[in-house]
Amino acid sequence: MKNEPIVRTVNVSKVYKMGDETVYALRDVSIEIKRNEYVSIMGPSGSGKSTFFNMVGALDKPTSGEVYMAGYRLLDLTPSQIAWVRCHNIGYVFQTFNLIPTMTALENVAIARVFSGCGIAQAKKDAAEALEQVGLGHRLHHIPSQLSGGQQQRVAIARAIVNKPSIILADEPTGNLDLHTGEEIINLLSEMKTNFGITIITATHDTKMLSASDTVVWIKDGRIDRIAARSEIKIEIGTIDGKTLA
Amino acid sequence: MKNSYSIERRMEDLNKIPDQAIIPWSVAFSVSWGSLRRRFFRSLITMVGVVLAIAFLTYMLVMDDITKALVVQNIDELNLLLQKADVDIIADSSGKDTRMILLIGLSLFTCLVGIINSMLMSVTERVREIGTMKCLGALSTFILKIYFIESALQGIIGTFIGIFLGLLVGTGISLHYFRAYVWKFMPWLDIGISLGWACLIGAIISVVAAVAPAYWASSKEPVDAMRVEQ
Repeated sequence: MKNEPIVRTVNVSKVYKMGDETVYALRDVSIEIKRNEYVSIMGPSGSGKSTFFNMVGALDKPTSGEVYMAGYRLLDLTPSQIAWVRCHNIGYVFQTFNLIPTMTALENVAIARVFSGCGIAQAKKDAAEALEQVGLGHRLHHIPSQLSGGQQQRVAIARAIVNKPSIILADEPTGNLDLHTGEEIINLLSEMKTNFGITIITATHDTKMLSASDTVVWIKDGRIDRIAARSEIKIEIGTIDGKTLA
Repeated sequence: MKNSYSIERRMEDLNKIPDQAIIPWSVAFSVSWGSLRRRFFRSLITMVGVVLAIAFLTYMLVMDDITKALVVQNIDELNLLLQKADVDIIADSSGKDTRMILLIGLSLFTCLVGIINSMLMSVTERVREIGTMKCLGALSTFILKIYFIESALQGIIGTFIGIFLGLLVGTGISLHYFRAYVWKFMPWLDIGISLGWACLIGAIISVVAAVAPAYWASSKEPVDAMRVEQ
């Protein structure tokens, strides 16, 4: 059980039809992501990185192939069951934070808990606890526009962990943040991994991400170009100055 | 806390996955209310459209009720006042009625298009917000609910203000023309029925206007939350 991958894709392809032309965004991609792993998906824009990321995150359906997540074969699930899986197993973190602007930090986190079927009072209690864990215990009643980018992303991470998921899916989580704040967010994600055993999957251009990653997956032309463990990458940074990284 | 994150706890059979979590209406209501407040001015403008259309409808209905009640009295002095106010006391006025209905219908239709337009804009603006909520586990029915509440609220508040305004103006103008006769022969029941009609028509407009935007919003996909470009 312990060694069973948390996410597994089998020959996943995604095809878009543009007039008479068929475009392969993804071509027979198979990958296994282990539990409690920090995986970074890298690739230039147009490489199929985002498409792949959306497949792994149960956000998009493959044209062919299968995705298994947390033991479920996603093909077998109805839309509302997929919503349930998303809600209970995956926490999402976005590049643009995506907090609901009219709600306070506490409400933003609590609503995710409410979607999982929790009562409102309990949801607020859990939300306060989650915000405490990301170091925002003193900012519960601020609305997003009163928070800095880094703080907003922390709220988003609190929202992602409030349902105690097994996976956090982060799409360019540092893309809209400065160098220093970005590093803090990466450290926070790593903390979630070590403290709670959450699997972290990120799509990124950010080479800072690499030092935190256990595994890095490069996507190129809709295929997996290379999978490397962190130890291998470090040598590479030393030799070719990180130029092939993204 | 530490160990509760393990996934095994939730590795039940497929059929143990509930079909949907029940989200209280109060949550949907507070989301809608927040969004109306954030777009306060646009909501206000949409509402003004409803107010004017319903006020116009109510005014026409109330005036009609009052003049009809007065014409029936057939008092000489009153007839003089009625003629001064350009009310036809003898002839059948069906031609005028058709024109009136057309005018009212047009104003109501404009108001309907106004609400739909404003709500569709609101959906476009909030594609990412909707996608995010879906990522968090919200179902289409929840999104449907919040949009429905939003446009219904605009419609209902607008209708009430409109009815009040129409009644006020209608009575005011009648008082100006027919003086104390209005109070003496006030057709309370007919006016009540007219207000009921205005209420019903306002409610129907609000609901009809809510359907398309709410449905469109609920069909947005969670992937939409990922797009970076606005």
